[in-house]
Amino acid sequence: MKSIEKNFIRMSGLGGQGAVTAAHILGSAANKDGLESTVNPFFGAEKRLAPAESYVRISSQKVYEKGEVLYPNTIMIFHPHVITMGKCYTMPFFDGLQEGGVLLINSDEPLSLRDEDLRLLADLKAKIYYVPATKIATEVAGSELSTNIAMLGGLYGIKKLTSIKSLKESMMERFGGGKFVASGSTAALDDAVKGKFAKVSQMIEKNMELIEAAGAALTEFCPAEEKED
Amino acid sequence: MCSDNNFDDPGAMLLNGPRTRAFITGSEAVCEAVKRACVDMAIAYPITPQSESMHLIGDLYAKGYIKDYYRAENEFAVMAAVHGAALGGGRVFTATSGPGTLRAMEMFPVWAGARQPIVCAFMCRGVSLPPSIQPENIEMGMLLDTGMLMFHAENGQDFHDMILQAYLIAEQTDVHLPAGVFADGFFVTHTREEMMLPPEDFRLLPYDSNLAPVPTFDMETPPMRITRDPLLNKSNFISSSANASWHQEILAAAERARKHIRRFMGGLIEVENPGSKVFIAASGTAVSQSREAIRILQGEGIDAGLIKIKSIRPFPEQELKDAVEGADHIIVPEFNAGGWLAREIRASLDRNTRVTAGPRVFGGMTMPPWLIADEVKSAIQAAKVNGGN
Repeated sequence: MKSIEKNFIRMSGLGGQGAVTAAHILGSAANKDGLESTVNPFFGAEKRLAPAESYVRISSQKVYEKGEVLYPNTIMIFHPHVITMGKCYTMPFFDGLQEGGVLLINSDEPLSLRDEDLRLLADLKAKIYYVPATKIATEVAGSELSTNIAMLGGLYGIKKLTSIKSLKESMMERFGGGKFVASGSTAALDDAVKGKFAKVSQMIEKNMELIEAAGAALTEFCPAEEKED
Repeated sequence: MCSDNNFDDPGAMLLNGPRTRAFITGSEAVCEAVKRACVDMAIAYPITPQSESMHLIGDLYAKGYIKDYYRAENEFAVMAAVHGAALGGGRVFTATSGPGTLRAMEMFPVWAGARQPIVCAFMCRGVSLPPSIQPENIEMGMLLDTGMLMFHAENGQDFHDMILQAYLIAEQTDVHLPAGVFADGFFVTHTREEMMLPPEDFRLLPYDSNLAPVPTFDMETPPMRITRDPLLNKSNFISSSANASWHQEILAAAERARKHIRRFMGGLIEVENPGSKVFIAASGTAVSQSREAIRILQGEGIDAGLIKIKSIRPFPEQELKDAVEGADHIIVPEFNAGGWLAREIRASLDRNTRVTAGPRVFGGMTMPPWLIADEVKSAIQAAKVNGGN
């Protein structure tokens, strides 16, 4: 078992973007690596484009606490609307971010964040990364439904919380077997994304390509520099 | 499927037998328990956050693990139908949440009164108004005097184990009462974490209705003779005392359950750091949050003990008294607005001003561990200030 500091992740997205599935894949990969991890979602009525959050807690030490991650080390924003339209359960969107924390935002270009937010982020010594996850997912995997995998790729490019091997195995398990039980809407989205490939193994290969491409497409943005402008 | 059983002593097997790892949700853990429980009939009605569990149990039926399964008209119909199935001598399972629990309320004392070892899982959530589908366990406070046994699971592992243990306890001839197995919705049902499962071929022994203290209903023993005539409180003088003594027997049966809870569940409570001056006493997810609070306190050089209350009915009065004998403070964090657990604890202890009824979180949010740690620190601080006067 490798040793890892307590790493708590909040994934904020819109219903249908796969934030819950991404958390499942990441947490399961950490578990395969011999780390302690727990995964849970938070949502209201299950519908597309409604705010949906999921949380992953990864640590070498047993993790007891349950529910939403209030003090994340990493926040993954799956859609600009989480920030620009307040489609999340916390205000501001980075509420609770720990010092030196990481923000990973799915956007083709840097968003114009409020000065006050930038100041707070600079005080936190937060790092902001942008990744055009939906664009890359569409280009590489042929579907915006793979945005969540591109986000995991972005995260893997920033922090190697799990091994790439476990990420792959975890995806095989999530998409490959008959064991996973999803709600009706999640099952329909599963079918839609799997329907684009003749075999699940092809989908997994594409996803691995996508993880690499997303990692390579990261751009870092410094809130402190922006603040001085 | 039930005949696959290869284990003579399922109770011992559950406590000490081999287990394998699984990274699953609480809902999946419920399914794993029911799969191994030799259930004759399960009846479902969907409500968040319970729906996934009963959906998975429908899949068990499709695979042949359960003899019958259907979706009823509503929660009251579900609870009435499992009552009927149990009257006929079957082992039954169902589950519900929050508003579903309240809708079905009339049936819970009926189960207890009919002395049926029905096991029902409650995935606790908020009850309207204001509406909430999120975790909150106020419904437990509303079920305290229904006559059923009540066990509160801390996590998915407990939820799995307690469902199987509930059958073992509830079906004892000298108990034969319904058992509610409660978990805080979402925190347990939707959280995926590592759990340890018994072998795939592990099974409870099939239910034997001949061991029941009341006869199973069939054509030889028609329902009306038993339920209506002696117990209905009419002007007939004998029926009042029959009704009262039947009630007393339900309460006595719950008392007799204690020894079986000790045997099958390892006790009504679990105590960590015995002899502490400060204890956090909690049940369900509040126990997990308290474990993190104790870590925070330890980091600041403060020692606190933990009392995990597993059995809510029967309530562990004596165990609690003994555990906090030398303690100055007992902090009771809860996921509900009413504070039913703190009331129960206060009613069980002498010098009950030692009990701090809080912190409480409701409305669906999680309980930050520092909130509990702060409560512990203010209790200690207040005592210092008062002591100085």
